[in-house]
Amino acid sequence: MQKEIISRHQLEVTLQRLACQLVENHRDFSSTVIVGIQRRGVVLAHKIGEILRRDYGIEDLKIGTLDVTFFRDDFRRRESPAHANTTSILFPVDNQKVVFIDDVLHTGRTQRAALSAINSFGRPSKIELLVLIHRRYSRQLPIQPDYKGIQVDVAEGEKVIVDVTQGNERVYIEEI
Amino acid sequence: MDTLSVDHLLGIKYLNRDDLELIFKTAETFTEVLSRPIKKVPSLNGITVANLFFENSTRTRTSFELAEKRLSADVVNFSAGVSSVSKGETLIDTVQNILAMKVDMVVMRHPNPGAGIFLSKNVPAQIVNAGDGAHEHPTQALLDSYSLRRKWGSVEGKKIVIVGDITHSRVAISNIYALQMQGAEVMVCGPATLIPKHIGALGVKVETDLRKALNWCDAANMLRVQHERQDISYFPSKQEYVKLYGLDKTLLDSLDKKITILHPGPINRGVEITSEVADCDQSIILEQVENGVAIRMAVLYLLASKRMN
Repeated sequence: MQKEIISRHQLEVTLQRLACQLVENHRDFSSTVIVGIQRRGVVLAHKIGEILRRDYGIEDLKIGTLDVTFFRDDFRRRESPAHANTTSILFPVDNQKVVFIDDVLHTGRTQRAALSAINSFGRPSKIELLVLIHRRYSRQLPIQPDYKGIQVDVAEGEKVIVDVTQGNERVYIEEI
Repeated sequence: MDTLSVDHLLGIKYLNRDDLELIFKTAETFTEVLSRPIKKVPSLNGITVANLFFENSTRTRTSFELAEKRLSADVVNFSAGVSSVSKGETLIDTVQNILAMKVDMVVMRHPNPGAGIFLSKNVPAQIVNAGDGAHEHPTQALLDSYSLRRKWGSVEGKKIVIVGDITHSRVAISNIYALQMQGAEVMVCGPATLIPKHIGALGVKVETDLRKALNWCDAANMLRVQHERQDISYFPSKQEYVKLYGLDKTLLDSLDKKITILHPGPINRGVEITSEVADCDQSIILEQVENGVAIRMAVLYLLASKRMN
């Protein structure tokens, strides 16, 4: 059974608000870079990037993609091995403010891996986390978001699905 | 396919097409990792790999060692010359002793064909064959194919000639299996004395005229003459070999099309290829070395990920 929690229209409004909050803190993004975490975080990063360019006139926005597979802490513990996606960070992150963008903050382990992975590219002056969905009461590590789309409480045995298929964007809860 | 069909990498012969595609896809991601300022990932943290080299090797051992270190594995090196092998210890005893030190994976080069297979049946560790006699050298064939795929996109339908000492070459056999599995056509070329009599059974073309072979192919893999494996003389003199089977710039430029040159190393400059050919823009010899680390990282990563399944 699926229960929709964000419709396509609501998603657009939420991303607008998140982009606005980013501008409040990062102004012209001259020393800030955006890094989308594979896979759905990348799509969201580009959607937010589009809003920043279109509505706030930010021209030189640097957006990268980061895959954390090789930095996960569950290698050899999973049922099947995880497969890496593309990483592309074609700009220096040394002394830059990095904003991670991800779809769901659940256990915090993906974001922990991202914190390790980004170090391969340099030492950012600051790292922030933006998530569309903040799942409360499910954290296994002390990681919290700096910007959040919506906050949800999901029962065990339920999963939050962020569908980023072009034209069919929505977020719903599904029973596993 | 998200996992390899095998628990050990003993030879290309034991892999299938899906395995090859998975290894190449994984190698792409490691190629990106190797372009980062810090070229290291923690995936194999806590895993110990023993490099057992019962034969001399510089580049393969260095390449494996670098791959292991870039995956954060703990590495122990072992060379026959400085070990108890020279005191008469058997292969299985040597390895059992090393395994008693809790080693998870063994990368082995050995002069006897099938040494890796023997080991995989007798010790509880994952084995990666880094060359066993004149049998197979799977990671070399993988990196050769990977280098060609990075240049062409795919090797399907392409023609590749392997030139030189086919009889004593494990690189040739592994390459034949790997290239054919990906839909490429393979030819071998060399003096008749250095081409196994029944090699045609593998579905490869045989040619003894180098110019004809080079005009046929899209890429030529120029093997080294393995003097150390030849118990007798297979051709009258080095000069004659160079004259008939050496590739120089004049010959390369006189061909109908621009072909790609590979060499598994180490090069005998002026024998199988001249310096001018080795360093020209058609040669991808240095890319092969670079890609070797990514391919070995992919193999170790994929094998290690199977360990606890």
